[in-house]
Amino acid sequence: MKSTPFSARDLVDVHQGEISREIFVNQDIYQEEQERIFTRAWLYVGHESQIKNPGDFFVSKMGEESVILTRDRAGKIHIFLNTCTHRGMKVCRYDEGNTKTFTCPYHAWSFGTDGQLIGVQDYDNAYQPPFDKSEWGLIEVAQMANYMGTIWATWDRNAPSFEEYLGDATFAFDHGLCAWDGGDGGTELLGSVQKWIVPCNWKFVAENFAGDLLHVVSHRSVDMVRLGPSGDEGRRDDYGKLVLTAYPQGHGIFFGVVPLEPKRTEYAVSKITAEYFQHCWERRLKNRGDLAGTCPLVGTIFPNMSFHAQQPRTLLVSHPRSATETEMWRSYFVDKEAPEEVKQFLREYYMRYAGPAGMTEQDDMENWNYATAASEGTIARRHPYHYKAGLGIGGKHDVVPGIVTEQPASSEQNPRALYKRWAEYMDTDSWDELLDAQKTPLTAQA
Amino acid sequence: MTGSGLTSERLAYLDLMREIEDFLYAEADLLDERDYDPWLDLFTDDVVYWMPMRKNVSFEDRAKETTAEDDLAWFHDDKDTLIKRVRQLQTGIHWADEPISRVAHVITNIRLAEPVTSLADGEKLTTKCRFIVYRNRLETETDILVGRREDTLLRTGDSLKIARRKILLDQSVLMAKNLTMFF
Repeated sequence: MKSTPFSARDLVDVHQGEISREIFVNQDIYQEEQERIFTRAWLYVGHESQIKNPGDFFVSKMGEESVILTRDRAGKIHIFLNTCTHRGMKVCRYDEGNTKTFTCPYHAWSFGTDGQLIGVQDYDNAYQPPFDKSEWGLIEVAQMANYMGTIWATWDRNAPSFEEYLGDATFAFDHGLCAWDGGDGGTELLGSVQKWIVPCNWKFVAENFAGDLLHVVSHRSVDMVRLGPSGDEGRRDDYGKLVLTAYPQGHGIFFGVVPLEPKRTEYAVSKITAEYFQHCWERRLKNRGDLAGTCPLVGTIFPNMSFHAQQPRTLLVSHPRSATETEMWRSYFVDKEAPEEVKQFLREYYMRYAGPAGMTEQDDMENWNYATAASEGTIARRHPYHYKAGLGIGGKHDVVPGIVTEQPASSEQNPRALYKRWAEYMDTDSWDELLDAQKTPLTAQA
Repeated sequence: MTGSGLTSERLAYLDLMREIEDFLYAEADLLDERDYDPWLDLFTDDVVYWMPMRKNVSFEDRAKETTAEDDLAWFHDDKDTLIKRVRQLQTGIHWADEPISRVAHVITNIRLAEPVTSLADGEKLTTKCRFIVYRNRLETETDILVGRREDTLLRTGDSLKIARRKILLDQSVLMAKNLTMFF
């Protein structure tokens, strides 16, 4: 039975497009999110290119909690809660590395990279009769999935498979996380992860990347200084026509659809990079046919993993820290087979675009910061946010899945889908109910 | 030490150090006064302005504590990108720093990385220093960022120019929401 003192459906009216500010500032609601969303949903943890070899580990987060992504001596990938089962100390305080064991510095319990408890201080003398060490290994996630190199996990053994959880958003991953030529070469992370703290609610980040096409003025200054990789006004090359897609699982993604003719011209300020992308485009036309020009631009996988699939290409997790604080983890990805000069050009472009020093992202964070702050007041909380753009206009599309709104129409359908799903998690206790709830329509029935 | 104890070599060193200190303090003033165009002129056209990230690593792995030059960083700018950053601040609609923040650069512990006493036209030397960058914006939002800097200075005619700047910020998870300021 639901025991929360509020009904999330009362706070989130997606049919009218009005959402209470409480869900962005109320610490009790935040605490409930940790229980109902972050222990049940599939969460992005890392990328297989971060743990290539047996014994490699990378310390990540799932919600507020530290986890260790590791590849054991036999090559199998695991995700463990980063806490000793004896007295709770973090068993790994290094960000990454290679190890045979995780040894706790408190009482010297040690664990294999497969999570098994292998060493206990004074085991023979202190424990009579001896306890069963196999019952006290590191705490492991209930389910894990590797989708095109991205590693995901959930603490809920009743959650559906990751592919079912993604639903039709698999289409976006298949066209967006692949090598740029649409072939089998794959992608890899471009080095280390940027981590920084923003005083805002995590959902501002999630909805921003799910599809907020109306925050153009936020980025006007960076567009004016020609940040883009071809030296023109703007911050990206032409991405074509924008197509918003929303999914009942809570995901929101927008695509850029470019015509197959004429040939694309991108990255004009770097000859080598421009040639590489033209070459990839030729091959993408062969590999993907009519779908070559359909690529996700930006999206959010419920609840808090966002991605950019074109310019820049990046993965972001907005880890919750409190109702009003979020820890951003941004990593960048490139084609595995791209020449080194191309990787370096993209690295520099990506860094001046995104991250805390990114000339685009800086302005987003100011907005999220002070939108959160200005919603904390008693009077402010009495007034809902307005999500009415494109109410009731979403439909179906021949190519891209989900509920679709195409330019020139704009819409806040994607944030509405995200908050509809948010309320369903907050109001239901079982995955059966959650799977039922996602069948209800996003728009009011006529 | 009395004046009579100063060798000509020592005097040359002190003269050079004063010139470098003055140069770095004057640069800090330009930044804190938002006098960005003359600030940009202090950099060579082929400058590398780099702030790598820092990681939690073991003593044994300490060489990997700082991200390498081909890895991600907080900043890894050329002159063109520095100019773009300045132009963005000058648009008046760069909301992350509009209204303008109050920034103070404290530059201290200045040393020469090599034992040189003079710098001829066309020559370079490397200086080390510590920085405290304080930013306060709007009402109470405050960041205090501390670290080390290594600057490669080039003598060109009568002036010094910054040919390379490496900034080591002493944070792993950045505790500021953004980096709109220069270091």
